[in-house]
Amino acid sequence: MAKQGVDPDELTQPFWDAANEQRLVIQNCVDCDRLQHPPSNTCRDCDEGGELEWKQVSGRGTIYNYGVVHDCPVRLLQEDQPFNLAVIMLDDDPGIQMYSHLPGVPVDEVPVGAAVEVIFEPSANGQLVPEWRVIAD
Amino acid sequence: MTTPTAPDAMYRNDEGLGVWEHRGKVAAVGVGHAPTSRRWDGRPETCVGAITIDALRKAIDDAGVAPDQIDGLVVVPVTTTGAFWEAGKPLPMDVIQSFNQTDDPLDGIAKLSAEWLLKNMPELTNVKFTMYGPGCMSNALNVTAQAVGDGLTHTCLVVKSWHNFEGRYYQGGANAGDALPGTPAITQLWGGPASYSTALQFAEYCRKYGKSHDMMAAFMENSRRNGLRFPEGYWAQHRPEELGPEDYLASRWIAKPANLFDNDIPIMMSGAYLFSTAERAADMKQKPVYILNHASSNTRPRSLLPTLDEVEADTARTGRKIYEGAGITADDLSFENMYDGFSLFHQFHLEGLGYRGIKFGEALDFYQTDISIEGPNPVSPSGGNVGSGRSRVWMHTDCIQQLQGRAGARQVTGVKPQVGVSGGPMPLGGNYTVWSASPD
Repeated sequence: MAKQGVDPDELTQPFWDAANEQRLVIQNCVDCDRLQHPPSNTCRDCDEGGELEWKQVSGRGTIYNYGVVHDCPVRLLQEDQPFNLAVIMLDDDPGIQMYSHLPGVPVDEVPVGAAVEVIFEPSANGQLVPEWRVIAD
Repeated sequence: MTTPTAPDAMYRNDEGLGVWEHRGKVAAVGVGHAPTSRRWDGRPETCVGAITIDALRKAIDDAGVAPDQIDGLVVVPVTTTGAFWEAGKPLPMDVIQSFNQTDDPLDGIAKLSAEWLLKNMPELTNVKFTMYGPGCMSNALNVTAQAVGDGLTHTCLVVKSWHNFEGRYYQGGANAGDALPGTPAITQLWGGPASYSTALQFAEYCRKYGKSHDMMAAFMENSRRNGLRFPEGYWAQHRPEELGPEDYLASRWIAKPANLFDNDIPIMMSGAYLFSTAERAADMKQKPVYILNHASSNTRPRSLLPTLDEVEADTARTGRKIYEGAGITADDLSFENMYDGFSLFHQFHLEGLGYRGIKFGEALDFYQTDISIEGPNPVSPSGGNVGSGRSRVWMHTDCIQQLQGRAGARQVTGVKPQVGVSGGPMPLGGNYTVWSASPD
């Protein structure tokens, strides 16, 4: 599926740079050693005091939940409707979620609870974007 | 006059605050609604500013108060249903020139300031207090109740309006572009519609408790039935169509398991109320409805979407805050009017309240019992957004009208209307009001 391109901004530049190197990094608070995603300019748990870093994670996760999108507001994705839209929980911290279209999984046949691993797919402007595929048994 | 946004201190976000210090000392009296429409037709007299003035004047008249007695105005400044004035689109100069405009040419057309309203309602000669309650009426009501209780205003109008333009919901702007900035890209590249998050929470709920989407049909039918008895509402005014189980279940998916009817229909509307001190309200035209408490939730999910665990923890917390501040228990509720737009989260609110003793996972079974306005367990007697279109206002109007005994064909008959609760929007992040026919 052809996702919109990405123009990295100051906050997210490290995330997108790592994606272009096929690495998954998540923001982490040095003070409370807690991952947070989506990224923010401050730690949500340290009352804005924590120092933030980008931490590489394993790229493994589990399918937590999913829906099937039939009426998408994003123009570039509309020709691919209906499509799966799943939420992945990271093995490194199940409280951290990421979205996935689950490439290769038939529509509405999503194996909730299955193990997945990160892959990187090019978006409309070439920026690589994290996606997830089911790990075969 | 510069209008501030309500400070955090005006909201009751925490547990353990005790009974609200102004319990029973603030009252709602007047109600005003402008006619609804599906979209703006471009005329000056139907722009969002004009319908807001209409609703405010009706609320003033309904309360029987002279305009010069009003000293406060609380406004929700954002009016969009998801429709924005596209960059480069010519300004409607005929509309702009029909009003006393502020420095912002889209004020009164695609947004609403207190300044614009005061410039265009010359009869409001004594308004000294203005404040913004961001988001929706539920928020603005909390602000108004606290402001009246604190003595910042004694007779205060509060209003929420919505504009809706041509085009499909949320399909312009960044969603039509070829690229996104890096920060929104992290959440928006995958194209989930507005109801997606709620749909996923509902899917998890069904898996956990062994429920199914078709069990929502009873709630949807009841809500539309109540909405068709709401003469101020969109469906009653324009499309008086029942919503039977067959129609509901045959509807197309938006984000399965949320279908078209699980998504409220965006409309043009405006709703306004007149609040006052209980003392002053006693002499007004309508019976006062007393505020026993207001409560808020500002909880954020840990990551992208609230999990079911997060939802249930927070709705339970909200229920405790609602009851604690009002000095009541779930047994005191005559009816509930919690938010329903999207329909698939109404059960979260209901279970958090413990309405009629229901526990987590039981609301969809409860929907299969008698939840009508004629029965002993009325659910959403307003019909909510399902029954009358997107406003986040019907639930509050209904609480006031039920407790005043003037809900007309919607009046609950299976219970004596003494205490009601309304509010929302989301299970995480909302504002709630407890209403009572009596100040005690």
